[in-house]
This record gives sequence, structure tokens and C-alpha cells, in this order.
Amino acid sequence: MPETRVLFRHIDDPQLATIEGYRRHDGYKALERAFRELDPSDLLAAFEDSGLRGRGGAGFSMGKKGSFLPRGEMRKYVCCNADESEPGAFKDRELMMKNPHQLIEGVAIASLAVGASHAFIFIRGEYWEVADILDRAVAEAYEANYLGPNVVNSGAKVELVVHRGAGAYICGEETALLDALEGKRGNPRLKPPFPAIEGLYGGPTLINNVETLSNLPHIVNNGANWFKSFGTEQSPGTKVVSVSGCVERPGNYEVELGIPSRELIFDLAGGPAEDRRVKAWFPGGSSSPVLTEAELDLPYTFEDLAEAGSMLGSGSIIVADDTVSVPELALRTARFYHHESCGKCTPCREGTNWTVKMLERITRGEATPMDLEIIASVQENIIGHCLCVLGDSMAMPVGAMVAKFRDEFEAAIEAARRPGAGDFDLSPIDRPLTTGVSAP
Amino acid sequence: MSSEFRQPAHLIAPTDDLTAGERRRLIESMRPSDAEGVPELHEVDIPDELREQIEEMMSRYPQLRSASIPALWAVQRHYGWCSPEGIRQAAAVMGVTPAYLQSVASFYDLFATEPVGRHRVLVCTNISCWMRGGDGLLEAFCEASGADAHEASHHGASSPDGEFFVKGFECLGACDLAPMASIDARYYGPLDDDDAAAALDALRSGAEPLPDKALPKRAAAGGPEPTPDPRLEGTDVA
Repeated sequence: MPETRVLFRHIDDPQLATIEGYRRHDGYKALERAFRELDPSDLLAAFEDSGLRGRGGAGFSMGKKGSFLPRGEMRKYVCCNADESEPGAFKDRELMMKNPHQLIEGVAIASLAVGASHAFIFIRGEYWEVADILDRAVAEAYEANYLGPNVVNSGAKVELVVHRGAGAYICGEETALLDALEGKRGNPRLKPPFPAIEGLYGGPTLINNVETLSNLPHIVNNGANWFKSFGTEQSPGTKVVSVSGCVERPGNYEVELGIPSRELIFDLAGGPAEDRRVKAWFPGGSSSPVLTEAELDLPYTFEDLAEAGSMLGSGSIIVADDTVSVPELALRTARFYHHESCGKCTPCREGTNWTVKMLERITRGEATPMDLEIIASVQENIIGHCLCVLGDSMAMPVGAMVAKFRDEFEAAIEAARRPGAGDFDLSPIDRPLTTGVSAP
Repeated sequence: MSSEFRQPAHLIAPTDDLTAGERRRLIESMRPSDAEGVPELHEVDIPDELREQIEEMMSRYPQLRSASIPALWAVQRHYGWCSPEGIRQAAAVMGVTPAYLQSVASFYDLFATEPVGRHRVLVCTNISCWMRGGDGLLEAFCEASGADAHEASHHGASSPDGEFFVKGFECLGACDLAPMASIDARYYGPLDDDDAAAALDALRSGAEPLPDKALPKRAAAGGPEPTPDPRLEGTDVA
């Protein structure tokens, strides 16, 4: 199955990032129609009817989320979550860099649908050059009256500010994002109240991912039924999937949801190098429980991956081939979450810290097989016990690695405990490991 | 940091009721001991350019505290790092305590709360880059710059000549470029270990490092446009 490009259509047209180039491909037609002819509640109904599910990780119905905001005149806000920081995810970067107006059009349409007059794009600070492109595009959109106090003379106001973060994975969590946008340290808030009721500056706030919002102009142009003609019943539409790690052609591929995962990894991304096999793969970013070679034929949908005990998440596949040591992979994963934990909730702050220490003990030859039980129980005690899911995001994949690759962990513990084994090599993995910790 | 694109002033609609009065009210709403800590503008010797930048940022948001991260970016651009002096100046403009801005600056990885080398090299060492040689690339940048490799892989390290700051970084969102680095806030990859020395030489001579490996040069991974799906016919919406 080849790619099905909707959001990625004309993606390499060098003019696409300019307003003229975008309009040449009928850009901003949806915005003009929506602001001039359509009723906001019809818009929301169309989004809900389309079945569009959030592309940032949780997969919640976009239209339903929008309908949670109270109606009527009040200060409401739209925030686009462009803080893409999950290891393995890089789709929003390419969408914003090459087609910024598609996002701006989507943000403006979402603002109209929920009645918000202020919108923000919260982009991670590392994407500085992408934010420069967005800023330029926003200025163009203001000039063309697609943003501003009276959008296309419809009487509706939409102000859009591109807000650059400064490096913190936690700000991708929606309430931490709101705190960061309010100028604070990015700590998650207690929910409820959910942002739809009490979000930015205490006002009702719609928060959606870049890719989710980029879909809206297409739904306005072509209708909910057209959108549902792509993908599966529970996962309609196309999805930009980031594939990386041990594959020959890493990159973003836009496919219809429901494509067999094997086709994504092998046919599109080229699979692992010759003579190598897939050992483990994250189907939805580093926070999704890893799957094995036996699970490569799973259809790439929200529902099939959930049924297999994992998740589609942000739609980011990371492939580890048979040269990669799973205990080391677990350690790399855990270190990330340990570094990024904001420290507010004890299970996450301490749990990520101790998980890293215990995984390091395995590599130092100080662990016993009993430590695997402790690692597993620490993961269980993180899940569901914090204000946000950052801790869970470590606990789920690390827990899955210990459960599915237990033999390899035990072999690693034994190998490292052998007299004279020394530390096993934690650095480049393209060299064969000398301690035999990597199962064949 | 690279130059930031500034929205033409006339295009920014003034946001709600942000005035000097708001700043005053904010200070008045603080506990007296906190309000005491807010420096008065005449007490700090802030460069006009920096003050204007921060004020412009404040005007963009319905609430002025939202400008704290942009203000810290402005301070870091001006001084090369978030110096106590710069933070105090920004606090005076914003009407907040320096301690408040310091607490924000210390939360975020990209703000330097101590002086760092002039050019910033962040090398991704997360999962996908690690599997493709990110650790070796970080070492190569350390070797080429003279920055301490152990420090670089933890909190970041500057080269002895003060030209470079090298840091092993968590996922930069460019796993397709693995292994990659962000050099002065621009992305480059995939990089060989040899690219490290070449990039630093280019920076020393004021040239753009590794122009062929810059992110904007990269085409979509799937290659040329596939034959459009029949459902896309007549729905040319970019």
C-alpha cells in the first residue's frame, strides 16, 4: 500500500510555506467558507461526525473535546500543542516547517468553532527555525486578513501568537503547557477541572495537536463522510507516521489508518539492514509498550494497538533490531523520563529515579534476578498515581520490556555478574557486545 | 541564537487591557514582602533595545506574565545567557521579582543560568539517535571542541576557548536525521563523526556549518508524490 497524502499533499512544493503557494493549492478556501457561511455548531458537529481522533497521543475525539467548551460569550482560548517532544515523534516538525498555513487555517477554524478569539501555538523551543517559519506565515495571514480583529470581514476575531517554549518535555502535557504559557514553570495541574472548562487564564480552552488541527481545513472542504472514507471505522482518516531507529529510510509517511504495521516498517521505511531482524518496536513513541517481531502484522489503528496492550500514541514507530540490547534500551528510555520528570508527584519523581538506578545496577553486575520483580513493581506503583502520565509513560514501556524480554534481562544480569565481565558496553551499539547480553 | 522574526508592530492588535496600570495592580496585589523584591525600572540600567523587546512581548498576551519565557529568551539573546543582571532587568520591566524569573529560567533546559560558550551544539543521545551512533557523535564534538566529555553528557560543557558549548540532549524531534545535532538552533543530520570537526571549523571562520546536511534541505522520506488517491481528485486543498 503506498502513501495516501492528504496533509502531506504537495509537501515538497518549495512555495507551499508561502501564502501564495498555499493559496495556489486552494488554501484558505475552507477558512473563507467557514467564517462566511457556516455556523460554529455545525462545524463542531461535522468534526465530531468525521470521527477525527486527536493525533497527539490520547486519541480522543476532537469534535467531542470541542463540544465540552461552554457556549456563549466569554473569553475562550485555543492552544495548539506543538511541543512535540516524545522520543520518536517528528511529524509536527515537518508539517509546520513545510506547510505552516495549513495549521494556521486549522487553528482559525477551530477558534471559530468553539468561539475563541485568542489562539496560541505552543512550539518547543528547540524548533527555533520552524517557529521562525510559523512567525512569517502568521504575519502573512494577518496581512491577508485570515487572522486579526475581523477575519475575512466576517466580524469574528482571531488573534494568533506563536509561543516558543524553552525545552521541557512535560510542557507537551496539556495542563503543564497552560502553566508554561501563563509564564510559569511547566508543572501539570490537578484534573478536573479539565482545560475545556478551566484552562488558560482560567478560561475554557481547547487544546489540540498540530496534526489534528491541520486536518480541519480538509474536513471543512470535503465533508465528514469523505474523511470517513479513509481508515477504519474507529480510526478514520490518514495519519502521518514517524518511523525511525533501525530502518533504512527513516522519515514521515502519511498512510491510511489500518495499514499493516509491517508495511509501514518494511515497505515504506525499508526495514532493518540486510540480515537483521526486528527485535522490538515502539508503535506510538517511547511511551508505548514495546511490541515484538510476532506482532508486526497488527493493523496500524488506535483500536488494534490498544487491544495488543500498547497504543498508537502520537504515531511514532521506533524500531530496534537484533543488535540492540533490550536492557540498554530500557535504560535509555528510563533516563529520558527521569530527566524530564517535573518532580511534582512523588511516584514519578522517585520512580523514574529508582528505575534508572536499578537498570544501571544490571549493567554494573550488582543486580540479582529478584531486582526484575522490584523493577516491575515500581512500574506498577507509578501507573495511575500521578497528576499526569509522564511517569506512566516510562512505566508502560519499561514494564513491557521486562515482561516480554525477561530472558534477555536475566541473561544480562548473569553475564554482568560473571567474574571479570566488567561493565558491559553502554555506548555505541553498532559494535557487537562482548558480554553476550544480546540474545540472538 | 538566530535572529528572531519580529511581527510588524501594526499587525499586532493590542491585547485587552494591558497597561502600566496593570503592572501597578499586579504589584499591589502581592504580599508586601514580595512587592519589595520587584526592582523599579530606574534602579536597573536596562539597554533600550532589550526593554523594547520585552515590552513588545508583553503586549502580545492577554496577561503580561505570559511573556516570562519570551523575556528570558530576549535576555539570553542579549547577554548570551540568563545572567542575574539580565534577569533583574527583565523583572523590572515585567513587574515581577527576579526570583520568579529565576525559578522559570531554571526549569527549562534551553536557558543557560551560567555563562556558556558562544556557539551552542546540542547532540541528541536519545533512543533513535543512540541506535545510530549519537554517543559517538557527542564524543566527536567534545574532541573537536575540547569540551569535557563527561560534563557534556550530563549538564553540558563549554570549550576552554569559550567558543563552543556542547551538550548531550534529550530527543530533539529529528529521529529521521539520526544521528543529529542542533547547532546554534538549527538542525543538521544525519552526521558522521567527521562532520563534528568540519562543523566547528566552519563556525570558527564564520561560515554556515554543514549546509548540505541542514534540515530544510531534506525532502519527504517517501519521495515524490504518489499517484493521488481517487478520493483526492478534485479536492486540491494543499
